[in-house]
Amino acid sequence: MRVPEAAIRKTLADANLQLAIYTNTGRFKENRSKAVAAEVLPEYQELRTRAAAIKRHTLDFLDVYLLQFESAVEAHGGKVIWASTGEEAADFILKLAKERAASLIVKSKSMTSEEIDLNERLAHHELEAVETDLGEYILQLAGQKPFHIVAPAIHMTRNDVADVFTEKLGIERDTVIENQAMTARRVLREKFLAAGIGVTGANFLAADAGAVVIVENEGNARLSHSAPPVHVAIAGIEKLIPRVRDLGVFLDLLGRSASGQALTSYTSIVSGPKRAGELDGPEEFYVVLLDAGRTKLLADKEKRESLQCIRCGACLNACPVYRKIGGHNYPWVYSGPIGKVITPQFQGRGKDPWLPFASSLCGACAEVCPVKIDIPGLLLQLRREAVAADPADRLLFRAWAWLMTRPAMYGMLARIGLRFSGVEMGPLAAWRAERDFPAVPEKSFRALWKERKK
Amino acid sequence: MAMVDVLERLGFTVEFRREQTCCAQPAFNSGYHTEARTVAAHFLDTFGDADTIVVPSGSCTSMITHHYAELFAGDAKRQQQVRELTPRVFEFSQFLVDVAQFDDLGASFPHKVTYHDSCHALRELGLKDAPRRLLGKVRGLELVEMGAAEECCGFGGLFSVKFAPISGAMARTKVESIVATGATHVVSVDSSCLMQLRGALARAGHRIETVHLAEVLASRG
Repeated sequence: MRVPEAAIRKTLADANLQLAIYTNTGRFKENRSKAVAAEVLPEYQELRTRAAAIKRHTLDFLDVYLLQFESAVEAHGGKVIWASTGEEAADFILKLAKERAASLIVKSKSMTSEEIDLNERLAHHELEAVETDLGEYILQLAGQKPFHIVAPAIHMTRNDVADVFTEKLGIERDTVIENQAMTARRVLREKFLAAGIGVTGANFLAADAGAVVIVENEGNARLSHSAPPVHVAIAGIEKLIPRVRDLGVFLDLLGRSASGQALTSYTSIVSGPKRAGELDGPEEFYVVLLDAGRTKLLADKEKRESLQCIRCGACLNACPVYRKIGGHNYPWVYSGPIGKVITPQFQGRGKDPWLPFASSLCGACAEVCPVKIDIPGLLLQLRREAVAADPADRLLFRAWAWLMTRPAMYGMLARIGLRFSGVEMGPLAAWRAERDFPAVPEKSFRALWKERKK
Repeated sequence: MAMVDVLERLGFTVEFRREQTCCAQPAFNSGYHTEARTVAAHFLDTFGDADTIVVPSGSCTSMITHHYAELFAGDAKRQQQVRELTPRVFEFSQFLVDVAQFDDLGASFPHKVTYHDSCHALRELGLKDAPRRLLGKVRGLELVEMGAAEECCGFGGLFSVKFAPISGAMARTKVESIVATGATHVVSVDSSCLMQLRGALARAGHRIETVHLAEVLASRG
């Protein structure tokens, strides 16, 4: 796909949308800075180093930890399903729903399920999957994809939500946020009670305990995995961490990096179905471990660190490009800096070759990444691979390199070139479309230097 | 030339090598490593025997000190050259504060000024305090911090023309933040950021001037 320039221009020209993106990401960004400030969390940098090291180690020994996780899940009476594609993951849920005669599924927020278009796949077989996270629920009604990894409906105002609710739920228009939340709560309570299966994602999978860890603020994930008789957690294989005790490091970082919360409202550590004598919990517990391209990334040592991501969304909030173009102009469900890094790796480089180039390489993303992914470095690596496959500008850079190693020629051409700075074409036209071009100095530095030394 | 003035005033002998051209960042950032290597090798050969190399740009400095080693991966001879050279390469404010250990240069610049952190100076070289310390000692200068000091101006080399609408939108946000300070001048250590900001300020009809830190420090106004 070429750069979606028309769509980007539309986003840039929409003043309300611009304000919503900039203010909301700005608030997250500021809350994050406060939550990791040295006065509040003096060990922040140490935590990052440790989190990165744990993730790196887990990825290096992923085969071992995956099998350990599987045995631990089975030891608690659960079952692990290995899905190499999104289709396989969806097929498992479809089969399960058929066997359990379930026609309704409740879902908590999961980017992994978005990634494999789970809802669409299920709907295709007349299986209803209802999103229970407020933002995701709004988007599902509106027929939209998440705008942001953590805050999916960050781009919508309460007026937008009122319109969606009125149109889709047939209720009277109400712009009061609390009332809107109550409406969603009323509708969703019924769904929780009626659902045959609850599907969740996972923020972490602890190998030693066979535990699925889910972090959230609304309590809908807890209801999704505890109210229905069957719980299916879908997680990418990179979600593994070795031990439950490693959670200390990650929970300290995740909430803070995402929203500035020291800890989110709910943290569930789920291992296995309801045991004898327990009152709550599902009767059946499944973990779908999804590959869908991840082992390919794992095999690439140079870019393997892309899999360290814990999906906190801090890089989106810090990114000056995301804060302008928003989440829907990225070609896949993962937007922002991390989206630029993983989309070409998951979906193939050829599909959206422009993506790694749409960055000023300002480094704000790497600065806030809690697991120290070198996003600008990965973008540079992806650019390198992109031009190796399609060296569109090679001649230009060859000519440039030729000129840059011939100083006398460079000095002369610079002198001549500046006279032509008024020309309205190519990069100069692109520059002028947005801003003025500086006035050309009368004398070059080289000329001034010559005079000075006389 | 302002940088030369400042350095000479401090007693340093300044040389300008006519052979010098570019640090190779444009090609490196565009993914063309072969071409970048040719130009970087020219840089190494041009400056190999200099005592100290002072660069009036955070971005070029970090290209040399942070990316040359990777660029020449697998070339032992060039890597050796890089190892020998990079400890002697400094961004201008970094050189003044950390190496020469000056902060008061006797400059005078009676204006209200705001400082733009260029991304590479701030995030790759870690230069947050040095330029501010230098500005703090300038007579008559009032430094006002803008809200978005650390946000990118949107230049990003070829990004500024390949993704001009996004780059322009980023610049406009930055401009709003600059204007809100009421400053008459915006100062930075990178000419490319200043070119972007100057263009955006002018386009928006603001009369705020863009000046390089060296120009402020050379000023006796």
